[in-house]
Amino acid sequence: MKSSVITFPGSNCDRDMDVALTKFGFKNKMIWHNDQELPKSDLIVLPGGFSYGDYLRCGSMASKSKIMNSVINFAKSGGLVMGICNGFQILVEAGLVPGVLLRNKYLQFICKNVHVKVDNKENTFFKNLDKKVLEFHIAHNEGNYFCTNDQLKEIEDNNQIAIYYCDQNGNTNDQINPNGSIKNIAGIFNKEKNVLGMMPHPERMIDESLSGEDGSIFFKNLLNNIK
Amino acid sequence: MSVNEKIAIEHGLKSDEYKKICKLLKRTPNITELGIFSAMWNEHCSYKSSRIHLKKLHTKGKKVIQGPGENAGVIDIEDGDAIVFKIESHNHPSFIEPYQGAATGVGGIMRDVFTMGARPIANLNSIHFGSTQNKKTKNLLRGVVHGIGGYGNCMGVPTIAGQTSFDRSYNGNILVNAMTLGLVKKDKIFYSKAAGLNKPVIYVGSKTGRDGIHGASMASASFDEKIEEKKPTVQVGDPFTEKLLLEACLELMSGDSIIAIQDMGAAGLTSSSIEMASKGNLGIEINLNKVPCRETKMTPYEIMLSESQERMLIVLESGKEEIAKKIFDKWNLDFAVIGKTTNTKNIQLFFDNKQVANIPVNTLVENSPMYDRKWKKSKLPKKNKINKTIFKSLKIKDTLKKILSSPNVCSKEWIWQQYDHTVMGDTIQKPGGDSGVVRIHKTNKAIAATVDSSATYCWAHPLTGGKQVVCETWRNLISVGAKPIAVTNCLNFGSPEKEENMGEFVECVQGISEACKYLDYPVVSGNVSFYNETKDIGIKPTPTIGGVGLIKDYKKMITMDFKEIDNIVLVIGKTEGHIDQSLLSRIILNENNGPPPEVNLFNEKNNGLTLLNLIEKSFIKSAHDVSLGGIITAISKMCIKGNKGIQIKKPKFLINEIEYFFAEDQGRYLIEINPKDLEEVSKILDKNSVHYDEVGKIIDKEMIIDQKTKLTIDELKSYNTNWLKSYMV
Repeated sequence: MKSSVITFPGSNCDRDMDVALTKFGFKNKMIWHNDQELPKSDLIVLPGGFSYGDYLRCGSMASKSKIMNSVINFAKSGGLVMGICNGFQILVEAGLVPGVLLRNKYLQFICKNVHVKVDNKENTFFKNLDKKVLEFHIAHNEGNYFCTNDQLKEIEDNNQIAIYYCDQNGNTNDQINPNGSIKNIAGIFNKEKNVLGMMPHPERMIDESLSGEDGSIFFKNLLNNIK
Repeated sequence: MSVNEKIAIEHGLKSDEYKKICKLLKRTPNITELGIFSAMWNEHCSYKSSRIHLKKLHTKGKKVIQGPGENAGVIDIEDGDAIVFKIESHNHPSFIEPYQGAATGVGGIMRDVFTMGARPIANLNSIHFGSTQNKKTKNLLRGVVHGIGGYGNCMGVPTIAGQTSFDRSYNGNILVNAMTLGLVKKDKIFYSKAAGLNKPVIYVGSKTGRDGIHGASMASASFDEKIEEKKPTVQVGDPFTEKLLLEACLELMSGDSIIAIQDMGAAGLTSSSIEMASKGNLGIEINLNKVPCRETKMTPYEIMLSESQERMLIVLESGKEEIAKKIFDKWNLDFAVIGKTTNTKNIQLFFDNKQVANIPVNTLVENSPMYDRKWKKSKLPKKNKINKTIFKSLKIKDTLKKILSSPNVCSKEWIWQQYDHTVMGDTIQKPGGDSGVVRIHKTNKAIAATVDSSATYCWAHPLTGGKQVVCETWRNLISVGAKPIAVTNCLNFGSPEKEENMGEFVECVQGISEACKYLDYPVVSGNVSFYNETKDIGIKPTPTIGGVGLIKDYKKMITMDFKEIDNIVLVIGKTEGHIDQSLLSRIILNENNGPPPEVNLFNEKNNGLTLLNLIEKSFIKSAHDVSLGGIITAISKMCIKGNKGIQIKKPKFLINEIEYFFAEDQGRYLIEINPKDLEEVSKILDKNSVHYDEVGKIIDKEMIIDQKTKLTIDELKSYNTNWLKSYMV
């Protein structure tokens, strides 16, 4: 399976994503933001970081870079696209997933492990996943998901919420919400569910010596689903 | 503007220093030249008060590839890999403008490391604030933490460890010391020594603005009530540009275009160009009209003294300009050929086709002032005669609660959760342990790093304090299973013009040197920050030591959390009951006098190396060094981390229980072992003449000290974790 990770100026999880994808059997290529064309890929990843310094608004300038035209076309034609952290912010700015990401509720960067509940398994990203609750890792300053009531209704009606922040037993409540996201939303799909944006970093959880191993479960499952 | 003595003094020079400049030049300098002299001869750049003493530091060792004198130190970690590391202060700017001061401190130290060709793999910091009752403390802490995170997080370099302390002596002068470790191949290290004639001198990175002019001079003076007016001398950081600069420099470094490279740190273009010329014994000619400027009508004086961030100066091989330019264009960074190397041994500056400065390089460097300032020796204070009946009135539980929730012991999670500590995917020991540990990417090796200081001990007796800090970092490394290799030091002191302060400096340096020598743990880099003083009140002497060690097989790394019920806990090293200068003495007994705990270097080395041997043999399940707050505080942290309890054995000692639990005797570690290994472990400890006592047995969720004194792990946790969070609300 072939994957491509886009490097924007200021991306800083591009290498980590490359390491993770390669570890679980993807043939990965790193693509420069200024390129026009995407190589043939089964999965495109927009990695975390601070593209263009997150100046103006997080992800906003990156969403206008050259390669994004191809990414948008790829997504519209049904190709799998995943945006992690800053990548999620770019997806939002590019209009590929609904809503916006505001500054964290307590106005602080947060780096820690969180649990997320996977609700919707009728998609390529989470299909066949054995676990309902995964332990992931977050590291962000602007992960507070927000959308209008109308949007929220549409998102819920279409089953577009991918993952929720929850406790280790899968309960979602305000106390467990790390950043103030509406409905504890940690990740969201587009209508067709071929585009996933999420704040947590599965690529930091791929080894027992790191923060945990649930990222390994996610990537292995993803690869099997694409095959 | 013609220059005279008055103007020179306004530039921070002393009258006799100005006379020396005129004598060296055999004429009066012009204003640009005066600016250059003042930048090169201030304390921050010239080390004029400290140089004579820094020479005494122990800097040599088998693993040292580069000692002090370069952008950073370099050590060998085998297999062709090397670690580049250094610590640096950004105290003065951080007090004036905490966010930008701290941010640019982090940016500056990372630049020092990647200038040498190394990719930064870990950041650490040691930050010190005034009393928690002080009105400014909260905002300064918040600003500094935001600044450190803002820069490091954006760079994508994990912040893996740190130290935070509060003490009244920092009320007017906070300390922000930032440390970075980078990884490089041994044969791809870059240095700042220029070589060859007529080689192009290249300027890359951000444009030059008027920010930070005289920053280095500001950092070489004490504060007064007009300190707010100095805000414009604080630089403004742009971590995004630095990230681009890092990637662009590393890309250029993978080829063979660079002869020498130097970042523009303190005193900007002035010190970078002069240092490269001085090391290469060459001259440099610069056309200042070619320097990319952010603002219009900048004068030669401003261009030379600007401390705009994220800039580098490079001496290239002739003919490589196009290759280099292409790389910097790709990363959207400014690139300009601004001059060339010459054989004049002078720095010559041109602006609008006129020569605006012409100074022999050696007058700025070798001939810069060096002072052997007067200093006062400290006597070892007399031991306090503590009335032991006081101990009887102390309840262990209440005392422990106070200590666990005291500002200098409590959990600093509120701080380090704001730092990205997991980016780069190799952090295997996060902040909150004895040392931070990162793997060397795609190998079985890992590097442990720690940063520490103990101003109270240094204040009570500088010589002992200096030794103690080195030993503390040594123990932090051993506790995670790392073999200590080398240190970097950041020496924060008051005014060197006062005999007491100078004495503190001299004796701390002596203590550091003795310990480093004995432990074969050399100093490879560092920085001195004097004049941490406001209205005549200086800080407590605060030498900060950053220690680095190697774990050959990262799977053998040790953490401090208790692992398994029924395992036995031993304390290695002798508990004599030293209470003076301990946390118990200061915050419970309100007694600030007396000597710090004695440091016995033989025991330190012997205990540490024996523990490493036990770790190597896989006997150790968890380990933690005993420091502030004594044995009981250390045990509490192991309980909290492991979510397990302990049944403590009644100490056999003749000393009082309070002394046993809270004494801060040095050279001690707590270790957890399986009961079946007790015999073998005792044999090894006995054979090496290491003193040890059995402390207790691990049980579930409760700390039982005696029948009457029991604490649940949740209680311990809440004492330890709540204070800082509620303070910062």
